[in-house]
Amino acid sequence: MIIAEKKPIEEIIQEVEAYDRILVLGCNECVTVCEAGGKKEVEVLASVLRMNFMAQDREKTIDEQTLERQCDHEYLEEIRDVIDQYDAVISLACGVGVQFAAEKYMTTPVLPGVNTVCLGANEDRGLWTERCQACGACVLARTGGICPVSRCAKRVLNGPCGGATNGKCEISKDTDCAWQLIIDRLKALGKMEDYEKVAPVKDWSTDRAGGPRTVTREDVKI
Amino acid sequence: MRLKIPTNFRIIRVPCSGKVDIIHILRAFEKGADGVYVVGCMEGDCHFNEGNFRARKRVEQAAKVLDKIGIGGDRVKMYNLSSGEGPLFAQYSTEMVNLVKKMGPSPVRLARQRMAKKADAA
Amino acid sequence: MSEYVSDSRLERVLKAGHLGVTSECGPPRGSDPEGIKKKGLLIKDHVDAVNVTDNQTAMTRMSSLAACVHLKLLGIEPVLQMVTRDRNRVALQSDILGAASFDIPNMLCLSGDHQSFGDCAQGQNVHDLDSMQLVQTVRYMRDEGKFLGGDDIKRPPRMFVGAAANPFADPFEIRVPRLAKKIACGAEFIQTQCIYNMDKFKEWMRRAVDRGLTEKTFIMAGMTPMKSVGMAKYMKNKVPGMDVPDEIIDRLSGVEKKKQAEEGITICVEHIQELKEVPGVAGFHIMAIEWEEKVPEIVERSGLYPRPEV
Repeated sequence: MIIAEKKPIEEIIQEVEAYDRILVLGCNECVTVCEAGGKKEVEVLASVLRMNFMAQDREKTIDEQTLERQCDHEYLEEIRDVIDQYDAVISLACGVGVQFAAEKYMTTPVLPGVNTVCLGANEDRGLWTERCQACGACVLARTGGICPVSRCAKRVLNGPCGGATNGKCEISKDTDCAWQLIIDRLKALGKMEDYEKVAPVKDWSTDRAGGPRTVTREDVKI
Repeated sequence: MRLKIPTNFRIIRVPCSGKVDIIHILRAFEKGADGVYVVGCMEGDCHFNEGNFRARKRVEQAAKVLDKIGIGGDRVKMYNLSSGEGPLFAQYSTEMVNLVKKMGPSPVRLARQRMAKKADAA
Repeated sequence: MSEYVSDSRLERVLKAGHLGVTSECGPPRGSDPEGIKKKGLLIKDHVDAVNVTDNQTAMTRMSSLAACVHLKLLGIEPVLQMVTRDRNRVALQSDILGAASFDIPNMLCLSGDHQSFGDCAQGQNVHDLDSMQLVQTVRYMRDEGKFLGGDDIKRPPRMFVGAAANPFADPFEIRVPRLAKKIACGAEFIQTQCIYNMDKFKEWMRRAVDRGLTEKTFIMAGMTPMKSVGMAKYMKNKVPGMDVPDEIIDRLSGVEKKKQAEEGITICVEHIQELKEVPGVAGFHIMAIEWEEKVPEIVERSGLYPRPEV
């Protein structure tokens, strides 16, 4: 899922300073699971903003709503009737939700309340870690199911590099060397012979580098 | 056991301190409380294993954000005691009330009062 | 703009109030430097400086820096073009120092065409900095004598810093504001996209003058002679951000095929003559694509020769 992180409250306060009627808009999907932008976070942020401006004797309307998803027309339409009551929306969805809301409501500022971090997993309570960079051409079949694109700091496709020490990455001893993980897994699978297959120069045109990506499925279009 | 405890706080009973979320603490402040303290069981003695640890984390979260918006993170505290320790509860209550008195009224309560006055005048 | 920031002849010419003249050479698709040297020598006496493109249209070529060095060693003043597509801030700063070590005195900061247009469509792009940030970076290195990371540079680069501007791309309303941003970032000279739509260019120029931008930077009008009506049509239909009015195409179609090139040169010369009178135009950047031998003729017929002594 998409992993996001709450923006510092100071930054959000600054963003909304100029607006009097604000809707804090949460999302029930990924950002709820990673506790950055779900209903609970909406309640907390709205309460904090209300108190902040109240203490400065500034009267603002700060309302709360959480949608099933902000990356779907259907759910974003739910605020169409109320959108004109607000000078700005703080969206706690990922960057996708923020933009989709902004595209839909052209004249209302939609401000991000979270920083979208990566595609990752719930590794542990309070720990989310990156697993995928959506390069558009998956290599996991050749790398023991561990992704060198997202998990190697150098994105080395024929690793490990010379900087790896004791299974850790040269950038930090807290970061696993992706290639150590790949080797461990290839061994466990009994497929170490795969290690010596040289990964060819990668086609990055399916990656971000090739420009904004779309998936079109004629077979499911109506 | 008749113990003297301050009368200017309200007790909200919860099944476990782990039930207390940051939003409950914030709402108390938003409604005009000058301080909030959460009293949980002794650490390690939670019926639900880590309810009181969770409570402490949430108290810390609340303190951090209250500091950031100038309300004062010291207005929220976590205490631990066991169910038989009535005198200790009285002592913590007095301690908390004194601490809050020393800090004075919360900026949110003062603002609410100003707002009410303005509404009356109008 | 009186004191000099570099040892650039281009800078001195522009600051003395003369119309500057630059041209452009593309490095070869191989390691033989003779071609670029020959191109350079062809135009040496007719221009103040020669832009050396950086893997233009994302086709892999000899590095701009190396080609600049070849020209510099022949006494031709290069303008090092640098795109942000292929190098991160470490490499960009490093190459700026490399260029400065050969006393290459001019630099043009660009973002570069997308790699999908070139021979490595499957490649990554970098864009760690954008063209405006690259302008800021060189200016910071030169003026503050520091790396982006904050450390002092021993012998900072002394370069006259330029950027490109396209007066014709959409939306038109932000073309001048965008120019203003580049100038605010520190662009000391501007070379424009090839101009064929004279009215639109003059309108852009008028807005730039009105905003006082020509007080802060030298705008050099980009000129590319058409070799044929085919080229004109290609530029009109296939090159993004290019504005070729139908009258140009009509005029070229109006002459017989073997005279089209000559007509293209004549149009170019007429345009230069016309633009010399437009307030704010500080010089001309003549990009005769793979047609460098025609640059002296264009410069002479436009009355821009001999180049002033400065």
